Amino acid sequence: MSDPLFEYLCRLGDNTLVLGHRVSEWCGVAPVIEEDIALANTALDLIGQTQLWLGLAGEVEGKGRDADKLAYHRDVWDFRNLLLCEQPNGDFGQTMMRQFLFDSWHVMHLKGLMASSNDQIAAIAEKSVKEVTYHVERSTDTVIGLGDGTEESHSRMQNGLNKLYPFVGEMFLSDDVDTAMADAGIAPDPASHRAGYDAHLDDVLTEATLTKPEDDFAHKGGKSGTRHTEHLGHMLTQMQWLQRAYPDATW
Amino acid sequence: MVRPAPQPVPGVVRAPHVPAEKSAGKPRLETVWEWLSAIPDPEIPVITLTDLGIIRDVQWQGDTLEVTVTPTYSGCPATSIINLDIETALRGHGIEKLTLKRQLSPAWTTDWLTDAGRAKLEEYGIAPPQPAGGPQHCPHCKSTQVEKISQFGSTPCKAQWRCQSCREPFDYFKCI
Repeated sequence: MSDPLFEYLCRLGDNTLVLGHRVSEWCGVAPVIEEDIALANTALDLIGQTQLWLGLAGEVEGKGRDADKLAYHRDVWDFRNLLLCEQPNGDFGQTMMRQFLFDSWHVMHLKGLMASSNDQIAAIAEKSVKEVTYHVERSTDTVIGLGDGTEESHSRMQNGLNKLYPFVGEMFLSDDVDTAMADAGIAPDPASHRAGYDAHLDDVLTEATLTKPEDDFAHKGGKSGTRHTEHLGHMLTQMQWLQRAYPDATW
Repeated sequence: MVRPAPQPVPGVVRAPHVPAEKSAGKPRLETVWEWLSAIPDPEIPVITLTDLGIIRDVQWQGDTLEVTVTPTYSGCPATSIINLDIETALRGHGIEKLTLKRQLSPAWTTDWLTDAGRAKLEEYGIAPPQPAGGPQHCPHCKSTQVEKISQFGSTPCKAQWRCQSCREPFDYFKCI
């Protein structure tokens, strides 16, 4: 295993990078202009946070790689994002369900990181949490509005939840990297957020008249990089093609 | 994203290219703050960088001027333009050695907007941020009958609202 701090920062930065890119795929094609703008703004926040996380990862690594190098010049097996983040957009309902499942975890996670023993991590978390608070507010409202909406919107949200729920469990699994971070006081143990997350999910899903799948099976392998889903590679061919075709191209 | 050309920087346009207070050595920090307070925000040019409260410190480190700037939103595309505008303005005033330092903590908050900045926003048609989390009234007709359209708007720092009295949509500078 390489330096656990570098690994951990890549996890943080790859979550926001991969989800940020996914969300940006909606730019110009969302159902209504307000949602188009909201999605683009969310993507922008996430990509901005990526610059901070991956920028710090590059500094920690000390091999001269900056955020752009890490984002555009790594291949799929070097990515450390949660599998949830790389799942395709599907319809608007599925996109918003993915956002809700992620945001609910993201905001708790960042609040935990604000108490990090690493000042730079604490500062990035402090900055990001303000933005993510707006994300979770919107995705929660949307999940409730569409879940408790028409028969059509309800069934789409339920389908989205059924499809994405198996990717939730990975957020709370610990491995050697997480243990090293928790021991150093850099980040909280992922399992410590599970109870709060479940309680929040239950509240929102009840209000949204949606049913959480009973099966707690969790796909894993994203944050460790051992097994991504097929979707990430396809996404990278879009996201990285310019830097691959014309390495180090600039405006 | 297509962005309009940056507004001319008043401080640069007006100031003749005389070496700034060269006789006294380095320009006084108050003078530097005055120059900075003439630089408009690239996205909302009606307010200046000091109105926004994003310039956190100005110090001389030996013969190098160090300006500490905090970003508004992590991904705000204006951040790099702001740095460029600061550099352009200060170089125009004869500052040769200059470093820009990014400070993330304490994170920028709309509480740092100056009162003058808030008044200018309102006059421009953007409702200034309020602790209650929504506009005090419509910036056009001052009606308090307003409704939120979306928490996200044309720039990361703004939300979309609508006045139920005059029916005009307007931007609200949201609290963070």
